[in-house]
Amino acid sequence: MRKVFILEDLDCANCAAKIEADTGKLTGVNKCSVSLMAQKMVLEIDESISGTIEADVKKIVKKYEPDVEVTAK
Amino acid sequence: MTKKMKKRLYRILSGGAILLLAVSIEHLMPYSLGNLLLIVYLAAYFTVGGDVVKNAVRNIGKGQVFDENFLMGIATVGAFFVGEYTEAVAVMLFYQVGELFQSYAVNKSRKSITELMDIRPDYANVKRDGAFVEIDPDEVSVGETILIRPGERVPLDGVITNGNTTLDTMALTGESVPREALTGEAVISGCINLSGMIEVEVTKEFGESTVSKILDLVENASSKKAEAENFITKFAKYYTPIVVICALLLAFVPPIVTGGNFGSWIYRALTFLVISCPCALVISIPLSFFGGLGGAGRAGVLIKGSNYLEALANTQIVVFDKTGTLTKGVFTVSKICPADGFAGDKLLETAALAESFLNHPISKSLLCAYGKEPEQDRIGEVEDMPGFGVRAVVDGENVYVGNRRLMERQGIVSPAASEIGTVVYVGVEKIYAGYIIISDEVKEDSAGAVRDLTAAGVKKTVMLTGDRREVGEVVAKELGLSEVYTGLLPGDKVEKVERLLKEKPEKSMLAFVGDGINDAPVLARADIGIAMGGLGSDAAIEAADIVIMTDEPSKIAVAIRISRKTLGIVKQNIVFAIGIKVLVLLFAAIGLASMWLAVFADVGVCVIAILNAVRALKVPENV
Repeated sequence: MRKVFILEDLDCANCAAKIEADTGKLTGVNKCSVSLMAQKMVLEIDESISGTIEADVKKIVKKYEPDVEVTAK
Repeated sequence: MTKKMKKRLYRILSGGAILLLAVSIEHLMPYSLGNLLLIVYLAAYFTVGGDVVKNAVRNIGKGQVFDENFLMGIATVGAFFVGEYTEAVAVMLFYQVGELFQSYAVNKSRKSITELMDIRPDYANVKRDGAFVEIDPDEVSVGETILIRPGERVPLDGVITNGNTTLDTMALTGESVPREALTGEAVISGCINLSGMIEVEVTKEFGESTVSKILDLVENASSKKAEAENFITKFAKYYTPIVVICALLLAFVPPIVTGGNFGSWIYRALTFLVISCPCALVISIPLSFFGGLGGAGRAGVLIKGSNYLEALANTQIVVFDKTGTLTKGVFTVSKICPADGFAGDKLLETAALAESFLNHPISKSLLCAYGKEPEQDRIGEVEDMPGFGVRAVVDGENVYVGNRRLMERQGIVSPAASEIGTVVYVGVEKIYAGYIIISDEVKEDSAGAVRDLTAAGVKKTVMLTGDRREVGEVVAKELGLSEVYTGLLPGDKVEKVERLLKEKPEKSMLAFVGDGINDAPVLARADIGIAMGGLGSDAAIEAADIVIMTDEPSKIAVAIRISRKTLGIVKQNIVFAIGIKVLVLLFAAIGLASMWLAVFADVGVCVIAILNAVRALKVPENV
């Protein structure tokens, strides 16, 4: 299934790349793309992790960019 | 400015003031206590870069070693230790200025691009219980009636039930001439109503309407990344650790080997660290692509991803479908050839009246050319003869309208027409009256489009058509296409494209251009599928990689130009940023670069690369 998160105030390109790489490594995530310009993360995930993915993404984003606000779309 | 940016600006200004104070103390009171001076410098340093140091410490705790906070922190703290107070603070100050500018530029271009595509309607005036109420377009259902006043945006797709108006489709198609919309005609969401008040019956829910589809497409385009973007992310991953390792080696190996002064080598190593952040590259590449996508959108070309924008630049073969792409797909009367003793107008009138009861493209084009409402009382009995044409009684005479076989069957002697197109023969009783040619018109800009493509470096332009050879070859010649394949069934088109794909040189791209109607398999098979006239055609928007919103094939060359320009900017930025950094690294290693130069290599290059990237927003006029 597709899942989209808005990463508000994301303005560091290198961090965006790291966030993308780490999220892509989560089990159940088939594809992850972070667009710095659109301030968005587009995920292709397995149905089984749909309940936990938001918390996991928030944790990763907080690690690299504590000021970024994550909201599910 | 966001809150984060304001905070940063405040840090820069107050920290800069304290730095000035420290510098003046150093120069005016050279005999003051060294410790006092250090304290003032430290105050300036922590005001400017306190958050950087804090983040660095916190990130190390999380196992994040090589991030930019850490690098800047270690470089400036190191500068303090080797006694370069002013430089330590100044480097941090410049770093913050660079960061501020970076977020400002990204924010600004993000805004200007999203404003371009800001076609989201805020509300809809829907008729509920006899009165119009303003509600969210999301809550309107199919079949309801909405009111659109002049100046308002059309919120949902629908059909006009009352009123006539003109619509501004600029935001959707890039077309500046307003489009006329009359009662009974369809309107597309996202357009702006210009002149008249109209009532519209909604045909699609908001989530399914054109405006939602386009917004979805545009918003997701930047998440399909180009190879250049992936390259730079990979590059950044290795670049920073390598430079840091080099810095470590530089700090300790030469002084140990040569027995030289540790201080100056450590200073050189710290300079390395300042340059080690790959910011300029990592930010400017996606920014360039985003600008290119935005510029293309403004020109009425929707590109579904940065990867397609990148691929377009290498297009060497463009394959066109004929009908609806190079030609208008509308059949019109192009020539009337009356036999001796018959007038042209009379011939057309007879044919139009005879065919007036049939619902066929040919009869429609005859009636359209006739231009008047057919007088019903002049037409008597009508007999449809499938495969031949029609027999109708017009003004009391038997009129035969159809192909040549119909003439032969009726024993009417007729000449063979040599013109291209569909030939409609007309006979009155047993006498041949003449023929009418109906053909598809070539679009005004088709020839120009082919010329532009060739000028833009496209090696081969191919046309595929299901039409007869004579028709196809004439059109191909008229437009200056390099190859033409005629008489193809839809399945043959896929096969032809596959063969062309096999023959093309490696790395070059093949683009197929169709109107999205029954050529979805070909659109999907080609390297780049381009659908024309995407307005209102869901199938086209789904199947294609690039959607041209207007009906103009010339936009393909525009898209290729945008792609080339964007890629040019991307290459300039990669070469420029890596070049300057490597150069300054070399200078630093042999002791020729100060930390000032290093800050320029980091922040200055970043600023220049961003400014260069913003150029991608402008649509190039020429090749």
